Amino acid sequence: MSDGPAAQSPWQTVTIARIEKRTPRVTSFFLQPSRPFAYRAGQHVDVRLTAPDGYQARRSYSIASAPEAGETIELAIERLDDGEVSPFFHDIAAVGDEVELRGPLGGHFVWSDSDGGPLLLVGGGSGVVPLMAMIRHRAARRSAVPAALVFSARVWDEVIFRDELIDLHNRRDGFDLVLALTREPARRPADYSRRVDAAMMEQSMLRLPAPPRFAFVCGSNAFVSAAAQALIDAGVPAGLIRTERYGV
Amino acid sequence: MVTRGFSGRKPPTDTDARIPPGQYLEQGFPVLSAGPTPRVRTEDWSFTLKHGPRPIKTWNWTEFNALPLTKMTRDIHCVTAWTKFDTAWQGVLVDDILADAGIEPPTAFTLALSFDGYTTNVPTQDLTAGKAMVALLYEGKPITPDHGGPARLLVPHLYFWKSAKWLNGLQFTERDEPGFWELRGYHIYGDPWREQRYTGDP
Ligand SMILES: Cc1cc2nc3c(=O)[nH]c(=O)nc-3n(C[C@H](O)[C@H](O)[C@H](O)COP(=O)(O)OP(=O)(O)OC[C@H]3O[C@@H](n4cnc5c(N)ncnc54)[C@H](O)[C@@H]3O)c2cc1C
Repeated sequence: MSDGPAAQSPWQTVTIARIEKRTPRVTSFFLQPSRPFAYRAGQHVDVRLTAPDGYQARRSYSIASAPEAGETIELAIERLDDGEVSPFFHDIAAVGDEVELRGPLGGHFVWSDSDGGPLLLVGGGSGVVPLMAMIRHRAARRSAVPAALVFSARVWDEVIFRDELIDLHNRRDGFDLVLALTREPARRPADYSRRVDAAMMEQSMLRLPAPPRFAFVCGSNAFVSAAAQALIDAGVPAGLIRTERYGV
Repeated sequence: MVTRGFSGRKPPTDTDARIPPGQYLEQGFPVLSAGPTPRVRTEDWSFTLKHGPRPIKTWNWTEFNALPLTKMTRDIHCVTAWTKFDTAWQGVLVDDILADAGIEPPTAFTLALSFDGYTTNVPTQDLTAGKAMVALLYEGKPITPDHGGPARLLVPHLYFWKSAKWLNGLQFTERDEPGFWELRGYHIYGDPWREQRYTGDP
């Protein structure tokens, strides 16, 4: 695993090049950096906003795009109604606006094709974002590394990147999508209609040709705690599991 | 650079002086960690003071809890930009651990060691003279596993990744050896007031 120190990464101004609504609560912002920006799948950036009186707010957002995707960086931001930064993006930010960005950051929750696999990815809600970068990286590299994504969302329409994930699954090139809807019946044969648990992890691992070499879990704190415990209960050694928690 | 249309949710001005640059005030208590939460039973818990690879003294849970307990109420600052005011901890000052072991700090640097293999480095003088403790209680109750229980390091004047969770030892080192996050792009020292977040920050 490439875990070297991150290079020095000062703030830069980026321009919002495109905005795309993904689900009722999640919107993607495609940011055009002013300087070349190289990153690894799974890394995040810090975004900084400044008010006229100098007050600043900064938050971390995972990169959703693959390193191969070209110049713009995709962030997929979920709206928290009583939040400070995410409502700004959803309600105010427009194409052509500039924000400040620092990164790429984070040298632990990262995966490259050369790291190998099999890869077990477990995401809850917007926690799918850094996993999506890994899945897109895998596809862009035409990687043969077997990978399975267990993605928990409340309902079908809140499955971020749903059509793209289903397309990738349908390629049958070693990537498998398992959806766990917590508030709606499952729609695809292999999907679930409940929260993630150890049995679901065991069954999902059977979709891989061998036990996972890496497991990545990302989402809210409660989700990550539950999912990581489910993986351990399903027999995944704790030392293989990497987590990223979005705090709330 | 002013962001068009951003006004922000400003904290009350009377607390401004307590919030380091780039931080916002958090009412909850977010959890961050690199891996699953280890469930360490107090029966299995032990704490070892080491000089390099050589153990100086080891305490089990009962022995450690018999050391003098000190209260510390402090503001804490996470590198992910939240600050939490007045967190109330009780635990054993590093000074009292050293006194019980009957030693003066043998080197200028210390590595905190955790049950899950996590490490973080702190200059020894940032741990002594009442500045840091091994915390056993949060708000009067045992620290929950998510927050690092049974015992975590508390170095409140540095970013909170330095306050290693699931602590099982302190190791004196000759040099300032980067720990887990310091090897992965985070600042070697981590002073929130100087915004020392990442490698390369002044
Ligand atoms: C490494 C990392 C990667 C991340 N990646 C993503 C990502 O890809 N996509 C994404 O959407 N998010 C991501 N996040 C989360 C993101 O950084 C923000 O936390 C999130 O957008 C919320 O920010 P906010 O300013 O909108 O809300 P905040 O203002 O921070 O509020 C968050 C919540 O806290 C509560 N709250 C805050 N302040 C108060 C108050 N004063 N009183 C009462 N309640 C309060 C509210 O309930 C609110 O919903 C990531 C976080 C990390 C650490």
